[in-house]
Amino acid sequence: MMSPLIGGLQKTTNYKVVLPFYIYAALGFLSGTILLLCHTETIGAHYFNPQALAITHTMALAWGTMIIFGASHQLLPVLVEGELDSDRLAYLTFIFTAIGTPLLVYGFYMFDMGLTLQIGAILINIGVICYLANVLGSSFKSNRRNVHAWYVITSTLWLFATTFFGLLLVLNFRNPILPSNSVDYLSFHAHLGIVGWFVLMVIGVGSRLIPIFMISKYTNDRILWLIFALLNIALISFSIYYLADFSTFTFYIPIVLGLSAILLFGNHCYQAYKVRIRKRVDQQMKTSLISVAQMLLPLVMLIIALAILPQEQFPGVVMIYGFCIFFGWLTAIILGMTFKTMPFIVWNKIYRNKAHQGKTPTPKEIFNDRIYQIMLYSYLVGFILFILGMIIRNQVILKIGALALLIAAILYVYNVIITAAHKARQL
Amino acid sequence: MNIKTNNEEKCDYALLGLSHVEDPEIGLNIVDLGLIYELYFDDADNKIICFMTLTTQFCPMGEAITTDTRDSLTKSFPGWEIILHLVFEPAWNFSMISPEGREFLGR
Repeated sequence: MMSPLIGGLQKTTNYKVVLPFYIYAALGFLSGTILLLCHTETIGAHYFNPQALAITHTMALAWGTMIIFGASHQLLPVLVEGELDSDRLAYLTFIFTAIGTPLLVYGFYMFDMGLTLQIGAILINIGVICYLANVLGSSFKSNRRNVHAWYVITSTLWLFATTFFGLLLVLNFRNPILPSNSVDYLSFHAHLGIVGWFVLMVIGVGSRLIPIFMISKYTNDRILWLIFALLNIALISFSIYYLADFSTFTFYIPIVLGLSAILLFGNHCYQAYKVRIRKRVDQQMKTSLISVAQMLLPLVMLIIALAILPQEQFPGVVMIYGFCIFFGWLTAIILGMTFKTMPFIVWNKIYRNKAHQGKTPTPKEIFNDRIYQIMLYSYLVGFILFILGMIIRNQVILKIGALALLIAAILYVYNVIITAAHKARQL
Repeated sequence: MNIKTNNEEKCDYALLGLSHVEDPEIGLNIVDLGLIYELYFDDADNKIICFMTLTTQFCPMGEAITTDTRDSLTKSFPGWEIILHLVFEPAWNFSMISPEGREFLGR
Protein backbone atom coordinates (compact mmCIF):
# COMPACT_ATOMS: atom_id res chain seq x y z
CA MET A 1 0.00 0.00 0.00
CA MET A 2 1.37 3.42 -0.92
CA SER A 3 2.00 5.61 2.10
CA PRO A 4 2.07 9.26 1.15
CA LEU A 5 3.97 11.87 3.16
CA ILE A 6 2.21 15.19 3.19
CA GLY A 7 4.12 18.21 4.39
CA GLY A 8 7.49 19.86 4.03
CA LEU A 9 10.45 17.61 4.67
CA GLN A 10 13.61 19.56 4.00
CA LYS A 11 15.98 18.09 1.44
CA THR A 12 19.41 17.51 2.95
CA THR A 13 22.67 18.12 1.11
CA ASN A 14 24.11 15.13 -0.74
CA TYR A 15 26.88 13.50 1.30
CA LYS A 16 29.09 13.33 -1.82
CA VAL A 17 29.28 17.11 -1.74
CA VAL A 18 30.35 17.28 1.87
CA LEU A 19 32.67 14.36 2.65
CA PRO A 20 35.58 15.40 0.37
CA PHE A 21 35.92 18.64 2.35
CA TYR A 22 36.11 16.72 5.64
CA ILE A 23 38.73 14.29 4.35
CA TYR A 24 40.80 17.08 2.79
CA ALA A 25 40.63 19.12 5.99
CA ALA A 26 41.79 16.15 8.06
CA LEU A 27 44.85 15.80 5.82
CA GLY A 28 45.33 19.57 6.07
CA PHE A 29 45.43 19.32 9.87
CA LEU A 30 47.92 16.47 9.62
CA SER A 31 50.11 18.50 7.22
CA GLY A 32 49.95 21.55 9.51
CA THR A 33 51.13 19.57 12.54
CA ILE A 34 53.93 17.88 10.53
CA LEU A 35 55.14 21.30 9.37
CA LEU A 36 54.93 22.58 12.94
CA LEU A 37 57.01 19.66 14.26
CA CYS A 38 59.62 20.12 11.53
CA HIS A 39 59.95 23.87 12.03
CA THR A 40 59.75 24.64 15.73
CA GLU A 41 62.95 26.69 15.24
CA THR A 42 60.88 29.40 13.53
CA ILE A 43 59.29 30.20 16.90
CA GLY A 44 60.91 33.37 18.12
CA ALA A 45 61.77 34.54 14.61
CA HIS A 46 59.76 37.25 12.87
CA TYR A 47 56.35 35.97 11.79
CA PHE A 48 57.10 36.87 8.18
CA ASN A 49 59.17 33.81 7.37
CA PRO A 50 58.53 31.01 4.84
CA GLN A 51 57.72 28.25 7.31
CA ALA A 52 55.42 30.36 9.50
CA LEU A 53 53.53 31.55 6.41
CA ALA A 54 53.25 27.97 5.12
CA ILE A 55 51.99 26.66 8.49
CA THR A 56 49.52 29.54 8.92
CA HIS A 57 48.02 29.11 5.45
CA THR A 58 47.85 25.32 5.84
CA MET A 59 45.91 25.74 9.07
CA ALA A 60 43.73 28.59 7.81
CA LEU A 61 42.89 27.19 4.39
CA ALA A 62 43.49 23.45 4.22
CA TRP A 63 42.20 22.87 7.75
CA GLY A 64 39.87 25.63 9.01
CA THR A 65 38.37 26.86 5.75
CA MET A 66 37.98 23.46 4.13
CA ILE A 67 36.11 21.97 7.08
CA ILE A 68 33.91 25.05 7.40
CA PHE A 69 33.15 24.78 3.68
CA GLY A 70 32.19 21.13 4.17
CA ALA A 71 30.11 21.61 7.30
CA SER A 72 28.40 24.72 5.99
CA HIS A 73 27.33 23.01 2.76
CA GLN A 74 25.62 20.45 4.99
CA LEU A 75 24.26 23.01 7.45
CA LEU A 76 23.22 25.74 5.03
CA PRO A 77 19.71 24.28 4.68
CA VAL A 78 19.38 24.45 8.48
CA LEU A 79 20.91 27.92 8.76
CA VAL A 80 19.10 29.62 5.88
CA GLU A 81 15.95 27.49 6.19
CA GLY A 82 16.13 26.49 2.55
CA GLU A 83 17.97 24.14 0.23
CA LEU A 84 21.56 24.28 -0.97
CA ASP A 85 21.45 26.22 -4.24
CA SER A 86 23.90 24.15 -6.27
CA ASP A 87 25.82 20.92 -5.77
CA ARG A 88 27.90 21.81 -8.84
CA LEU A 89 29.13 25.04 -7.26
CA ALA A 90 30.04 23.07 -4.13
CA TYR A 91 32.14 20.65 -6.21
CA LEU A 92 33.82 23.60 -7.96
CA THR A 93 34.54 25.22 -4.59
CA PHE A 94 36.26 22.03 -3.52
CA ILE A 95 38.26 21.52 -6.72
CA PHE A 96 39.60 25.09 -6.97
CA THR A 97 40.39 25.46 -3.27
CA ALA A 98 41.85 21.96 -3.00
CA ILE A 99 44.27 22.62 -5.88
CA GLY A 100 45.02 26.25 -5.02
CA THR A 101 45.86 25.70 -1.34
CA PRO A 102 48.88 23.36 -1.75
CA LEU A 103 50.24 25.61 -4.52
CA LEU A 104 49.99 28.64 -2.25
CA VAL A 105 51.52 26.79 0.70
CA TYR A 106 54.34 25.42 -1.47
CA GLY A 107 55.02 28.93 -2.80
CA PHE A 108 55.31 30.31 0.72
CA TYR A 109 57.36 27.36 1.95
CA MET A 110 59.90 27.77 -0.87
CA PHE A 111 59.60 31.54 -0.54
CA ASP A 112 58.92 31.67 -4.26
CA MET A 113 56.67 34.67 -4.76
CA GLY A 114 56.30 33.91 -8.45
CA LEU A 115 53.89 31.93 -10.58
CA THR A 116 53.17 29.03 -8.19
CA LEU A 117 52.06 31.36 -5.44
CA GLN A 118 50.07 33.53 -7.83
CA ILE A 119 48.25 30.59 -9.46
CA GLY A 120 47.50 29.18 -6.00
CA ALA A 121 46.01 32.51 -4.86
CA ILE A 122 43.93 32.87 -8.05
CA LEU A 123 42.52 29.33 -7.76
CA ILE A 124 41.61 29.90 -4.11
CA ASN A 125 39.79 33.10 -5.08
CA ILE A 126 37.82 31.25 -7.76
CA GLY A 127 36.90 28.60 -5.16
CA VAL A 128 35.75 31.30 -2.74
CA ILE A 129 33.68 33.03 -5.44
CA CYS A 130 31.93 29.70 -6.17
CA TYR A 131 31.24 29.32 -2.44
CA LEU A 132 29.99 32.90 -2.16
CA ALA A 133 27.65 32.38 -5.12
CA ASN A 134 26.29 29.23 -3.50
CA VAL A 135 25.76 30.92 -0.13
CA LEU A 136 24.03 33.92 -1.70
CA GLY A 137 21.97 31.70 -4.01
CA SER A 138 20.87 29.46 -1.13
CA SER A 139 20.12 32.38 1.19
CA PHE A 140 18.14 34.48 -1.24
CA LYS A 141 16.19 31.52 -2.62
CA SER A 142 14.74 31.15 0.84
CA ASN A 143 12.33 33.86 1.93
CA ARG A 144 13.23 33.48 5.59
CA ARG A 145 16.66 34.83 6.43
CA ASN A 146 17.27 34.52 10.14
CA VAL A 147 20.18 35.94 12.11
CA HIS A 148 22.28 32.81 11.48
CA ALA A 149 21.87 33.22 7.72
CA TRP A 150 23.18 36.78 7.98
CA TYR A 151 26.24 35.55 9.89
CA VAL A 152 26.96 33.08 7.09
CA ILE A 153 26.40 35.63 4.30
CA THR A 154 28.51 38.33 5.98
CA SER A 155 31.34 36.01 7.00
CA THR A 156 31.54 34.73 3.42
CA LEU A 157 31.80 38.30 2.13
CA TRP A 158 34.63 38.91 4.62
CA LEU A 159 36.28 35.69 3.41
CA PHE A 160 36.18 36.97 -0.14
CA ALA A 161 37.60 40.31 1.02
CA THR A 162 40.41 38.37 2.76
CA THR A 163 41.33 36.13 -0.16
CA PHE A 164 41.05 38.93 -2.70
CA PHE A 165 43.27 41.17 -0.60
CA GLY A 166 45.59 38.17 -0.17
CA LEU A 167 45.82 37.90 -3.95
CA LEU A 168 46.71 41.59 -4.16
CA LEU A 169 49.45 41.03 -1.56
CA VAL A 170 50.82 38.08 -3.55
CA LEU A 171 50.89 40.15 -6.76
CA ASN A 172 52.36 43.09 -4.84
CA PHE A 173 55.42 40.99 -3.91
CA ARG A 174 56.56 41.03 -7.55
CA ASN A 175 54.91 44.08 -9.10
CA PRO A 176 54.08 46.89 -6.68
CA ILE A 177 50.37 47.62 -6.97
CA LEU A 178 49.73 48.71 -3.38
CA PRO A 179 51.09 51.89 -1.72
CA SER A 180 53.25 49.91 0.74
CA ASN A 181 55.16 46.68 1.02
CA SER A 182 53.00 43.53 1.34
CA VAL A 183 54.46 42.76 4.78
CA ASP A 184 52.91 45.99 6.10
CA TYR A 185 49.44 44.68 5.27
CA LEU A 186 49.84 41.19 6.76
CA SER A 187 48.08 42.03 10.01
CA PHE A 188 45.17 43.61 8.14
CA HIS A 189 44.83 40.59 5.83
CA ALA A 190 45.05 38.19 8.78
CA HIS A 191 42.37 39.92 10.85
CA LEU A 192 39.91 40.16 7.99
CA GLY A 193 40.18 36.40 7.81
CA ILE A 194 40.35 35.59 11.51
CA VAL A 195 37.51 37.85 12.70
CA GLY A 196 35.52 38.34 9.51
CA TRP A 197 35.57 34.74 8.34
CA PHE A 198 36.35 32.42 11.23
CA VAL A 199 34.92 34.22 14.26
CA LEU A 200 31.72 35.39 12.53
CA MET A 201 31.13 32.00 10.92
CA VAL A 202 31.89 30.00 14.06
CA ILE A 203 29.57 32.19 16.15
CA GLY A 204 26.83 32.11 13.50
CA VAL A 205 26.95 28.34 13.15
CA GLY A 206 27.80 27.63 16.79
CA SER A 207 24.93 29.70 18.13
CA ARG A 208 22.57 27.52 16.10
CA LEU A 209 24.20 24.13 16.64
CA ILE A 210 25.27 24.27 20.28
CA PRO A 211 21.68 24.64 21.58
CA ILE A 212 20.45 22.00 19.10
CA PHE A 213 23.04 19.44 20.15
CA MET A 214 22.52 20.11 23.86
CA ILE A 215 18.73 20.07 23.28
CA SER A 216 18.43 23.48 24.85
CA LYS A 217 15.44 25.75 24.43
CA TYR A 218 17.55 28.88 24.85
CA THR A 219 17.48 31.34 21.99
CA ASN A 220 18.19 35.05 22.06
CA ASP A 221 18.23 36.65 18.65
CA ARG A 222 18.70 40.15 20.10
CA ILE A 223 22.03 39.16 21.64
CA LEU A 224 23.07 37.42 18.43
CA TRP A 225 22.30 40.57 16.42
CA LEU A 226 24.26 42.62 18.95
CA ILE A 227 27.28 40.29 18.62
CA PHE A 228 26.91 40.49 14.84
CA ALA A 229 26.94 44.30 14.95
CA LEU A 230 29.88 44.46 17.39
CA LEU A 231 32.05 42.20 15.26
CA ASN A 232 31.27 43.97 12.01
CA ILE A 233 31.81 47.41 13.53
CA ALA A 234 35.09 46.12 15.02
CA LEU A 235 36.21 44.96 11.58
CA ILE A 236 35.19 48.11 9.77
CA SER A 237 36.79 50.37 12.38
CA PHE A 238 39.93 48.21 12.36
CA SER A 239 40.10 48.50 8.56
CA ILE A 240 39.74 52.29 8.70
CA TYR A 241 42.31 52.70 11.47
CA TYR A 242 44.73 50.33 9.77
CA LEU A 243 44.54 51.80 6.32
CA ALA A 244 44.48 55.38 7.62
CA ASP A 245 47.56 54.53 9.76
CA PHE A 246 46.15 55.79 13.07
CA SER A 247 48.00 55.52 16.39
CA THR A 248 48.26 52.26 18.36
CA PHE A 249 45.77 53.51 20.95
CA THR A 250 42.91 53.51 18.46
CA PHE A 251 43.43 49.78 17.94
CA TYR A 252 41.91 49.23 21.39
CA ILE A 253 38.49 50.18 20.04
CA PRO A 254 38.06 47.17 17.73
CA ILE A 255 39.75 44.94 20.33
CA VAL A 256 37.26 46.01 23.01
CA LEU A 257 34.37 45.54 20.57
CA GLY A 258 35.66 42.08 19.62
CA LEU A 259 36.22 41.12 23.25
CA SER A 260 32.68 42.23 24.14
CA ALA A 261 31.27 40.15 21.28
CA ILE A 262 33.18 37.06 22.39
CA LEU A 263 32.14 37.50 26.02
CA LEU A 264 28.51 37.85 24.92
CA PHE A 265 28.81 34.71 22.82
CA GLY A 266 30.38 32.88 25.77
CA ASN A 267 27.44 33.94 27.91
CA HIS A 268 25.01 32.87 25.15
CA CYS A 269 26.54 29.37 25.19
CA TYR A 270 26.47 29.28 29.00
CA GLN A 271 22.77 30.22 29.06
CA ALA A 272 22.05 27.49 26.51
CA TYR A 273 24.06 25.04 28.64
CA LYS A 274 22.14 25.99 31.81
CA VAL A 275 18.69 25.26 30.39
CA ARG A 276 19.64 22.21 28.35
CA ILE A 277 17.15 19.35 28.41
CA ARG A 278 19.72 16.58 28.02
CA LYS A 279 21.72 16.61 31.24
CA ARG A 280 24.68 14.59 30.00
CA VAL A 281 27.00 16.57 27.75
CA ASP A 282 29.14 14.38 25.50
CA GLN A 283 32.88 14.77 24.88
CA GLN A 284 32.37 16.46 21.51
CA MET A 285 30.14 19.14 22.99
CA LYS A 286 32.55 19.61 25.89
CA THR A 287 35.38 20.15 23.39
CA SER A 288 33.28 22.74 21.56
CA LEU A 289 32.44 24.53 24.81
CA ILE A 290 36.13 24.56 25.82
CA SER A 291 36.92 26.19 22.48
CA VAL A 292 34.52 29.04 23.28
CA ALA A 293 36.62 29.77 26.38
CA GLN A 294 39.78 29.47 24.25
CA MET A 295 38.54 32.34 22.09
CA LEU A 296 39.58 34.72 24.86
CA LEU A 297 43.24 33.63 24.92
CA PRO A 298 44.36 35.35 21.69
CA LEU A 299 42.70 38.61 22.71
CA VAL A 300 44.43 38.55 26.07
CA MET A 301 47.74 37.99 24.28
CA LEU A 302 47.04 40.90 21.97
CA ILE A 303 46.19 43.28 24.79
CA ILE A 304 49.38 42.24 26.65
CA ALA A 305 51.40 42.79 23.50
CA LEU A 306 49.98 46.25 22.87
CA ALA A 307 49.93 47.45 26.46
CA ILE A 308 52.98 46.00 28.18
CA LEU A 309 55.63 44.66 25.86
CA PRO A 310 58.29 46.73 24.14
CA GLN A 311 58.07 46.91 20.34
CA GLU A 312 60.96 44.45 19.76
CA GLN A 313 59.15 41.63 21.59
CA PHE A 314 55.99 42.13 19.59
CA PRO A 315 56.70 39.55 16.82
CA GLY A 316 57.21 36.80 19.43
CA VAL A 317 53.83 37.52 21.00
CA VAL A 318 52.23 37.67 17.57
CA MET A 319 53.40 34.06 17.09
CA ILE A 320 51.67 32.99 20.31
CA TYR A 321 48.59 34.99 19.29
CA GLY A 322 48.43 33.22 15.92
CA PHE A 323 49.05 29.83 17.51
CA CYS A 324 46.23 30.39 20.03
CA ILE A 325 43.87 31.12 17.14
CA PHE A 326 44.74 28.42 14.62
CA PHE A 327 45.86 25.60 16.91
CA GLY A 328 43.70 26.83 19.80
CA TRP A 329 40.03 27.71 19.59
CA LEU A 330 39.62 27.07 15.86
CA THR A 331 41.13 23.60 16.06
CA ALA A 332 39.27 22.76 19.28
CA ILE A 333 35.85 23.67 17.91
CA ILE A 334 36.57 21.73 14.72
CA LEU A 335 37.72 18.67 16.69
CA GLY A 336 34.45 18.74 18.61
CA MET A 337 32.06 19.64 15.81
CA THR A 338 33.54 17.20 13.27
CA PHE A 339 32.29 14.28 15.32
CA LYS A 340 28.91 15.91 15.90
CA THR A 341 28.25 16.58 12.20
CA MET A 342 30.18 13.99 10.17
CA PRO A 343 28.61 10.88 11.80
CA PHE A 344 25.16 12.37 11.01
CA ILE A 345 26.09 12.77 7.37
CA VAL A 346 27.36 9.18 7.16
CA TRP A 347 24.41 7.83 9.19
CA ASN A 348 21.96 9.54 6.85
CA LYS A 349 23.79 8.15 3.83
CA ILE A 350 23.71 4.56 5.08
CA TYR A 351 20.79 4.11 7.47
CA ARG A 352 18.24 6.73 6.36
CA ASN A 353 16.10 4.11 4.64
CA LYS A 354 17.09 1.17 6.81
CA ALA A 355 16.08 2.38 10.24
CA HIS A 356 12.89 0.30 10.25
CA GLN A 357 14.78 -2.91 9.45
CA GLY A 358 16.15 -3.20 12.97
CA LYS A 359 18.25 -1.46 15.58
CA THR A 360 20.68 0.82 13.77
CA PRO A 361 23.89 2.09 15.35
CA THR A 362 23.56 5.65 16.61
CA PRO A 363 25.66 8.34 14.87
CA LYS A 364 27.92 8.29 17.94
CA GLU A 365 28.73 4.61 17.33
CA ILE A 366 30.02 5.30 13.82
CA PHE A 367 33.35 6.67 15.06
CA ASN A 368 35.66 5.41 17.81
CA ASP A 369 34.91 7.36 20.98
CA ARG A 370 37.94 5.95 22.82
CA ILE A 371 40.27 7.18 20.06
CA TYR A 372 38.48 10.52 20.21
CA GLN A 373 39.23 10.84 23.91
CA ILE A 374 42.91 9.98 23.47
CA MET A 375 43.06 12.49 20.61
CA LEU A 376 41.54 15.16 22.83
CA TYR A 377 44.03 14.60 25.68
CA SER A 378 46.93 14.55 23.23
CA TYR A 379 45.67 17.79 21.70
CA LEU A 380 45.30 19.55 25.05
CA VAL A 381 48.75 18.41 26.23
CA GLY A 382 50.28 19.51 22.91
CA PHE A 383 48.54 22.87 22.95
CA ILE A 384 49.58 23.71 26.51
CA LEU A 385 53.18 22.47 26.10
CA PHE A 386 53.63 24.35 22.85
CA ILE A 387 52.47 27.63 24.38
CA LEU A 388 54.79 27.01 27.34
CA GLY A 389 57.63 26.30 24.91
CA MET A 390 56.90 29.54 23.06
CA ILE A 391 56.91 31.58 26.25
CA ILE A 392 60.15 30.16 27.67
CA ARG A 393 61.69 29.59 24.20
CA ASN A 394 62.59 25.97 24.87
CA GLN A 395 63.07 23.78 21.78
CA VAL A 396 62.63 20.47 23.63
CA ILE A 397 59.24 21.50 25.03
CA LEU A 398 58.23 22.87 21.64
CA LYS A 399 59.13 19.56 19.98
CA ILE A 400 57.22 17.51 22.58
CA GLY A 401 54.22 19.83 22.23
CA ALA A 402 54.30 19.63 18.44
CA LEU A 403 54.64 15.83 18.62
CA ALA A 404 51.56 15.60 20.86
CA LEU A 405 49.66 17.76 18.36
CA LEU A 406 50.82 15.50 15.53
CA ILE A 407 49.59 12.43 17.44
CA ALA A 408 46.23 14.19 17.91
CA ALA A 409 46.12 14.88 14.16
CA ILE A 410 46.90 11.23 13.30
CA LEU A 411 44.12 10.03 15.63
CA TYR A 412 41.75 12.61 14.15
CA VAL A 413 42.53 11.41 10.61
CA TYR A 414 42.03 7.81 11.73
CA ASN A 415 38.57 8.60 13.13
CA VAL A 416 37.60 10.63 10.05
CA ILE A 417 38.62 7.74 7.80
CA ILE A 418 36.74 5.08 9.76
CA THR A 419 33.67 7.36 9.81
CA ALA A 420 33.84 8.05 6.07
CA ALA A 421 34.43 4.36 5.29
CA HIS A 422 31.66 3.09 7.58
CA LYS A 423 29.74 0.20 6.03
CA ALA A 424 26.15 -0.72 6.89
CA ARG A 425 25.92 -3.14 9.78
CA GLN A 426 23.74 -6.22 9.55
CA LEU A 427 20.38 -5.20 11.06
CA MET B 1 1.35 13.18 26.18
CA ASN B 2 -1.90 14.32 24.62
CA ILE B 3 -2.45 12.62 21.27
CA LYS B 4 -5.78 13.30 19.57
CA THR B 5 -7.50 10.22 18.20
CA ASN B 6 -10.89 8.80 17.26
CA ASN B 7 -10.04 5.30 18.47
CA GLU B 8 -8.27 4.95 21.81
CA GLU B 9 -7.70 1.22 21.50
CA LYS B 10 -6.11 1.32 18.06
CA CYS B 11 -4.15 4.42 19.02
CA ASP B 12 -2.59 2.65 22.03
CA TYR B 13 -1.66 -0.27 19.80
CA ALA B 14 -0.09 2.04 17.21
CA LEU B 15 1.84 3.91 19.91
CA LEU B 16 3.22 0.62 21.19
CA GLY B 17 4.90 0.14 17.82
CA LEU B 18 5.86 3.80 17.47
CA SER B 19 7.58 3.72 20.84
CA HIS B 20 10.32 1.69 19.10
CA VAL B 21 10.98 4.49 16.62
CA GLU B 22 13.84 6.60 17.91
CA ASP B 23 15.36 9.93 17.06
CA PRO B 24 18.86 8.61 16.28
CA GLU B 25 20.65 11.62 17.74
CA ILE B 26 18.68 11.94 20.96
CA GLY B 27 18.16 8.22 21.44
CA LEU B 28 14.61 8.84 22.68
CA ASN B 29 11.53 7.38 21.01
CA ILE B 30 9.25 9.70 19.05
CA VAL B 31 6.23 9.06 21.29
CA ASP B 32 7.99 10.22 24.47
CA LEU B 33 9.63 12.98 22.50
CA GLY B 34 6.14 14.27 21.65
CA LEU B 35 6.48 14.14 17.87
CA ILE B 36 3.12 12.40 17.31
CA TYR B 37 0.24 14.90 17.42
CA GLU B 38 -2.81 13.08 16.05
CA LEU B 39 -3.71 9.55 14.96
CA TYR B 40 -7.03 8.87 13.18
CA PHE B 41 -8.34 5.51 12.03
CA ASP B 42 -10.73 5.15 9.11
CA ASP B 43 -12.10 1.61 9.57
CA ALA B 44 -14.27 1.80 6.48
CA ASP B 45 -11.37 2.46 4.09
CA ASN B 46 -8.56 0.94 6.21
CA LYS B 47 -6.71 4.24 6.43
CA ILE B 48 -4.55 5.70 9.18
CA ILE B 49 -4.03 9.44 9.18
CA CYS B 50 -1.10 10.50 11.31
CA PHE B 51 -0.15 14.09 12.07
CA MET B 52 3.40 14.34 13.32
CA THR B 53 6.22 16.82 13.61
CA LEU B 54 10.01 16.97 13.95
CA THR B 55 12.08 18.79 16.57
CA THR B 56 12.96 21.26 13.81
CA GLN B 57 11.70 21.56 10.25
CA PHE B 58 15.28 21.20 9.10
CA CYS B 59 16.06 18.12 11.18
CA PRO B 60 18.77 16.22 9.27
CA MET B 61 17.24 12.96 10.49
CA GLY B 62 13.77 13.91 9.23
CA GLU B 63 13.63 11.43 6.38
CA ALA B 64 14.79 8.54 8.56
CA ILE B 65 12.25 9.36 11.29
CA THR B 66 9.28 9.72 8.93
CA THR B 67 10.20 6.54 7.02
CA ASP B 68 10.52 4.67 10.29
CA THR B 69 7.18 6.02 11.54
CA ARG B 70 5.40 4.95 8.37
CA ASP B 71 6.98 1.49 8.50
CA SER B 72 6.08 1.03 12.13
CA LEU B 73 2.41 1.86 11.45
CA THR B 74 2.41 -0.49 8.44
CA LYS B 75 3.83 -3.25 10.62
CA SER B 76 1.17 -2.67 13.29
CA PHE B 77 -1.67 -2.42 10.78
CA PRO B 78 -0.80 -4.56 7.74
CA GLY B 79 -2.79 -3.69 4.63
CA TRP B 80 -3.83 -0.26 5.91
CA GLU B 81 -2.99 2.87 3.98
CA ILE B 82 -0.83 5.23 6.00
CA ILE B 83 -1.22 8.94 5.32
CA LEU B 84 1.47 10.88 7.10
CA HIS B 85 1.06 14.62 7.54
CA LEU B 86 4.28 16.34 8.58
CA VAL B 87 3.21 19.55 10.32
CA PHE B 88 5.12 22.33 12.04
CA GLU B 89 2.16 24.15 13.53
CA PRO B 90 2.20 24.02 16.48
CA ALA B 91 5.96 23.91 16.51
CA TRP B 92 7.48 21.22 18.68
CA ASN B 93 8.74 22.44 22.04
CA PHE B 94 10.26 20.97 25.15
CA SER B 95 7.01 20.87 27.10
CA MET B 96 5.88 18.14 24.68
CA ILE B 97 8.40 15.64 26.06
CA SER B 98 6.73 13.09 28.35
CA PRO B 99 7.82 12.72 32.00
CA GLU B 100 9.46 9.40 31.00
CA GLY B 101 11.31 11.20 28.22
CA ARG B 102 12.55 13.87 30.61
CA GLU B 103 13.74 11.18 32.97
CA PHE B 104 15.61 9.51 30.09
CA LEU B 105 17.30 12.82 29.31
CA GLY B 106 18.37 13.16 32.95
CA ARG B 107 15.83 15.87 33.81
